Amino acid sequence: MSKVRVLVGTRKGAFILTSDEKREEWEVTGPLFAGFEIFHVKGSPVNPDRLYASQTSGWFGQLIQRSDDGGKTWEPVGNEFAYEGTPGTHQWYDGTQHPWEFTRVWHLEPSLTEPETVYAGVEDAALFRSDDGGQSWQELPGLREAKGHLWQPGAGGMCLHTIILDPNDPRRIFIAISAAGAFRTDDGGQSWLPINRGLKSDYELPDAEADVGHCVHNINMHPSRPEVLFMQKHWDVMRSDNAGDLWHEVSGNLPSDFGFPIAVHAHEPETIYVVPIKSDSEHYPPEGKLRVYRSRTGGNEWEALTNGLPQSDCYVNVLRDAMAVDTLDSCGIYFGTTGGQVYVSADSGDNWRLIVRDLPAVLSIEVQTLS
Amino acid sequence: MIRVELPFHLRNLAKTGKEVTIQVEEPVTQRAILDVLEAEYPMLRGTIRDHGTQQRRPFIRFFTCGQDWSHEAPDVPLPDAVAQGSEPFRVVGAMAGG
Repeated sequence: MSKVRVLVGTRKGAFILTSDEKREEWEVTGPLFAGFEIFHVKGSPVNPDRLYASQTSGWFGQLIQRSDDGGKTWEPVGNEFAYEGTPGTHQWYDGTQHPWEFTRVWHLEPSLTEPETVYAGVEDAALFRSDDGGQSWQELPGLREAKGHLWQPGAGGMCLHTIILDPNDPRRIFIAISAAGAFRTDDGGQSWLPINRGLKSDYELPDAEADVGHCVHNINMHPSRPEVLFMQKHWDVMRSDNAGDLWHEVSGNLPSDFGFPIAVHAHEPETIYVVPIKSDSEHYPPEGKLRVYRSRTGGNEWEALTNGLPQSDCYVNVLRDAMAVDTLDSCGIYFGTTGGQVYVSADSGDNWRLIVRDLPAVLSIEVQTLS
Repeated sequence: MIRVELPFHLRNLAKTGKEVTIQVEEPVTQRAILDVLEAEYPMLRGTIRDHGTQQRRPFIRFFTCGQDWSHEAPDVPLPDAVAQGSEPFRVVGAMAGG
């Protein structure tokens, strides 16, 4: 019988939630690394018992924890993230240039094929790679040459939060940075292109169609169609059918096209999910109703999914890395909230169930489907 | 032996008790203590001092003998009571307010 393991990063530790394929009864383990912010926990697709966790603290800085037994035990590995060469500068809030300064790791992305290789997206925005299971980290500095001097932190910090590895081409990687935009490499990270054509940021940028500077919140793809990308931008839900060369809006009938995560169904490449949030000034769901919206047409036509979700007085947010899917035959959708709830739907979003409530604010959710 | 007191989270990380003892060559300074501490407990590297600059992290404090030594230069000799082990060198997480 298959199992699912849900890896939850929160403001005050990590939690591991496990269940069988029915996804009705859950065991909650944690908090791990109690008291620390856990920005992200993710397992290796090559070795599912190899997990990485980004443990961060305003006092004690960044730690990377690694487990080789599915989260039962952990050991700290390398935590030195040194920018390559002279770090240089980027735009600062006051218009001056500001030196690149490492703050934390937002996202860890283990390789699809190499068990010891893992990527880290960091703030101030840069991409690092480890080829020794996280013991040492090397920057891929070509990314910051993609107009990095024009990047500027948003209110959440200048973070590289999304890393997508192309399953068909190991040289192609997509990444996204808050308030800088989306970027792609086709040569394994040596050189990078901004891929922001078609994005329009009328409220956020003086030049609404600038090459860089767009506040991309999250990108996702279905592994069977790596050239098709779906994006939740600050405002607007977007789609590209050519690996980011050109985007078009698919917000359609959403009640708000502001939001953070975007997810793709495991078996239906045209079925996508977002959680509309009222606005960038009010980070909670419209009308106090927590609704996941699903499009079965790759965007534009959306339906509200509400069964089992609170439909009154709900003012939580769902952050960019806090939604994920499993790959069981009946695809499971999961998300966590800033109110500490983790929800699951075992039927593609039709019905929702609370796995756990009252955790610390959820920062990230990843799901492993284990056989 | 030098006594070093660690804050809660670093004790957990290093899997130690509240206090560890280490052998430090004279002169006993902040830098000398931290160099030995990080050599014996490598998981603490980067958590007290920045990897690159070796400067104290902003919300770490060093207290000993009732005094705040956080703003002293790292190579200034610490009081004899620290070198003799009668007083601990305390690594402290700064107050957060709120």
